[in-house]
Amino acid sequence: MNVTLTVNGSHHAVDVPADTLLVDLLRTELGLTGTHVGCDTSQCGSCTVIKDGVSVKSCTVLAAQAEGASITTIEGLGSADDLHPMQAAFRECHALQCGFCTPGMIMAAVDLVRSAKANGAALDERSVREGLEGNFCRCTGYHNIVRAVLSAAAQMEATS
Amino acid sequence: MSRFDYHRPNSIDDATRLRGQHEDSLFLAGGQTLLPTIKQGLAAPSDLIDLGRLDDLRGINVSAETLTIGAMTRHAEVAASAEARKAIPALAHLAGLIGDPQVRNTGTLGGSLANSDPAADYPAAVIALGATIHTDKRSIAAEDYFLDLFETALEPGELIVKVEFPIPKRAAYAKFPNPASRYAIVGVMVAETKDGIRVGVTGAGPCAFRCTPIEEALAKDFSAEAVKGVAIDHSRFNSDLHASAEYRGALVGVMAGRAVSATG
Repeated sequence: MNVTLTVNGSHHAVDVPADTLLVDLLRTELGLTGTHVGCDTSQCGSCTVIKDGVSVKSCTVLAAQAEGASITTIEGLGSADDLHPMQAAFRECHALQCGFCTPGMIMAAVDLVRSAKANGAALDERSVREGLEGNFCRCTGYHNIVRAVLSAAAQMEATS
Repeated sequence: MSRFDYHRPNSIDDATRLRGQHEDSLFLAGGQTLLPTIKQGLAAPSDLIDLGRLDDLRGINVSAETLTIGAMTRHAEVAASAEARKAIPALAHLAGLIGDPQVRNTGTLGGSLANSDPAADYPAAVIALGATIHTDKRSIAAEDYFLDLFETALEPGELIVKVEFPIPKRAAYAKFPNPASRYAIVGVMVAETKDGIRVGVTGAGPCAFRCTPIEEALAKDFSAEAVKGVAIDHSRFNSDLHASAEYRGALVGVMAGRAVSATG
């Protein structure tokens, strides 16, 4: 079936089987392999992307459900020369080791900062830990991830 | 070759017509349970009928006595809704405890109720608040809706349109979550409604239910102390690697007490 959608600002029209998952459209059809498949059972959050402004697990969304949607993946967040504040904070705070979970973790963290702001809630260590419940990291023990998200949130607040 | 055909109707009539035309079809709401279930081979519908474009099924409306939520309204929308938080703060709080942020951004009220997972959160609120489930065919009272494990009063092809929650005088939800899945091992909503004290329990049994012994104790004395020692029949409760039926029985009283304390 035909699916038209916008990914990282670019318009795409693809023809895929009806049971194609959004993550497979991104990785296989569009070659955007920054979005990872970890558990493939909607638990680990490695496949998190932003769909129409909110975080979703792209292994649990059909490509067909994204018809007309605007998707942002890790590739659309920043570039190697111009990192998004969340990416820069992950590097600065050493918030990754193997890096497999990192794209999904960063996309979830960006959405966490957005939703906290929309709800008028200030982020603290506890709310960051709760806000990242949908993302697993098996290396870091989360401490540096939490530090990075709080650091980036302050940076994003200062520059917004 | 796709495992199923996909349809994206633009009206409730088209959705129910398609559902009738394809015997082995299923409605697709947020898909946060259905898609993993299909991926694991536990469901094999011939057709999925995506309700995502049916804007008539979305939205939150408040009147003097009721909070009405469209079936396709996302959990995150209920959790963040100023109207919901003002009218029934316990319900908005409950919605914010479901799954994780990504699941809440996609999962829907109607999807949760149609699936009737024994450990889902919303059923406790539907029972405790005495909600009415409106479908494309009729209205179903909370007590008549949940029948058994993953079994509801919905007939094949019947579509939940909206859920009407009477606004209680006060209510609170206390949840003992599985730390990995965030599903309720036991969740209890306690509500003081115009019809008296109502207590809805999820996670403990094959489906959500009213807990009469605790309601009676709270009717006499609305305090956390009053529910201590109330005997809970756990003979039909769930038992799995996370908790025995007996332990779930004990948790019902503990969570009810915490909910009472949280009503303030």
